[in-house]
Amino acid sequence: MKTAARKIYIALIVLFLYAPIGTLMVLSFNASKTRAKWGGFTFKWYIDLFHNEEILGALLNTMLIAFLSALAATIIGTIASIAMSGMKRRTKSVMMGITNIPMLNAEIVTGISLMLLYISLGIKFGIGTILLSHITFNIPYVILSVMPRMKQLNLSTFEAALDLGASNTTAFFKVVLPDLLPGILSGFLMAFTMSLDDFIITHFTKGVGIDTLSTKIYTEVKKGIKPEMYALSTLIFVTVLILLVLVNRSPERKR
Amino acid sequence: MSKELIHLNNISKSFDGQMVLDELNLTIHENEFVTLLGPSGCGKTTTLRILGGFTTPDTGTVIFDGKDITNVPPNKRPLNTVFQKYALFTHMTIAENIAFGLKIKKKSRQYIDDKIRYALKLVNLDGYENRMPDSLSGGQQQRIAIARAIVNEPKLLLLDEPLGALDLKLRQEMQYELIRMKNELGITFVYVTHDQEEALTMSDTIVVMNQGYIQQIGSPESIYNEPENAFVADFIGDSNIIPAIMIEDKLVSILGTRFACVDTGFGHNKPVDVVIRPEDVELTSPTDGILQGVVTHLIFKGVHYEMEVMAGGFEWLVHSTVMHPIGQEVGIKVDPFNIQIMNKPESEDEEAVAIDI
Repeated sequence: MKTAARKIYIALIVLFLYAPIGTLMVLSFNASKTRAKWGGFTFKWYIDLFHNEEILGALLNTMLIAFLSALAATIIGTIASIAMSGMKRRTKSVMMGITNIPMLNAEIVTGISLMLLYISLGIKFGIGTILLSHITFNIPYVILSVMPRMKQLNLSTFEAALDLGASNTTAFFKVVLPDLLPGILSGFLMAFTMSLDDFIITHFTKGVGIDTLSTKIYTEVKKGIKPEMYALSTLIFVTVLILLVLVNRSPERKR
Repeated sequence: MSKELIHLNNISKSFDGQMVLDELNLTIHENEFVTLLGPSGCGKTTTLRILGGFTTPDTGTVIFDGKDITNVPPNKRPLNTVFQKYALFTHMTIAENIAFGLKIKKKSRQYIDDKIRYALKLVNLDGYENRMPDSLSGGQQQRIAIARAIVNEPKLLLLDEPLGALDLKLRQEMQYELIRMKNELGITFVYVTHDQEEALTMSDTIVVMNQGYIQQIGSPESIYNEPENAFVADFIGDSNIIPAIMIEDKLVSILGTRFACVDTGFGHNKPVDVVIRPEDVELTSPTDGILQGVVTHLIFKGVHYEMEVMAGGFEWLVHSTVMHPIGQEVGIKVDPFNIQIMNKPESEDEEAVAIDI
């Protein structure tokens, strides 16, 4: 009785959480153009989507920016984590605080301040500014996922490698990096997801003539919602879901 | 003594203004098993890290085989270290762990395979090549750490409290294993521990340290039987340390009673400390003893009884296989040979070292 009630309760929570997305997914396969009735199952909107040059261009931009910004943020964030782990306790907690602020800061504030910064520095808006912005907000996520790994790291393994004749560089790449890798990997995936997902900051820093998927959807929706957008949103959702599952699983796989 | 291998020359080191080593001088010979023994914070681990090259001394030089290696980085030193927490590479198999140093030295595949097999045999873990470090017990991981170090054929092996994390039984087993390995390999061991029993069991030479100073260097027997000061006497085993007056050569007044001893050269009527090991205190009938007293405590310790006897205003710690019940009147006798006379600490520095344990 009790377990049945518990199961129903959980089912309700999941239902309310995912009902909107479920509706969206169902509608993306709806042959009828209106949302009011079911006109049969179709892949038409997905096919249309992949024939839409503008959307494909936006998709390419999104992927490129997500990959490059995640890569850059991972490298910078990892180096920062290593440096921070060598700091004294007080300096370290101050630095951790500073890295956390961009995550807690309202995105619209980050977006506008980045935009103002680019204007005042005279940087031309375009893919470069989007990339810079994404790297900026991705770094804290990488640090956040590498730091716990760094704390677990047994520094004597580094000394042991030196003791066995390895140079500093060899010791780092052969002994320290493999130990950090699960954290670095999940940091990369997290950054990738965050970049993929971002709308507000991109919106303020992209300039004209360039779009990522999220800003593209926004513009399209203003003109009236087309069923292709359902298909696109479904694809984004599934991609992010898969990435999140990967992020959550990667640390365990190693243990 | 065989050839001199290492000489630490006037080594000083401080961390954040705190003096850890103060003008330390130490010579280690080839094929010697040297133990650095002392309480935590005495500078023994710092000394080891200076030998390994992980810490640079503020002043002084490290001479290895006649060459100054003070500023040589750890990866260029002809020695290897076994770390306190094993420090195995957890993402590599046992074989890869052991091969690590050899691969860096670009040895042939055949040579490396032979060495792995030889090292695993030496540490009694044949057939563990493809296991992961995490799947091994603490004792086994420690053996792998030793195997990983010795395949590089170092002239000197540094061991930093390698048995600290093991349970008592395993620790005793490993002590014999280490002595056996040392004899088979014929290399010099420098071993750091705070466990006096471990030091006495394994070493050729014990270096007792406290607060950055060497207190005494000697064989286990001489450290145990002839401690040079109260710190050493107290740190190595149980002991009765009693203030006394050296009346003349071979005669000392302990608690107002005259005892014959064998030490000479302390002068006349000079205040000294005497050390008498609890197992050297003989309990007799009151009339046969030099001092008379009453048993106040009694504990059964397995091999012997531990008793405390109040005699001459001092609680004597006594180990004996013969039990004397609490309240019994006994006599105390000590063989002259078993009375160890020590100078009182002279300077304040020495005093601080002696008292602050």
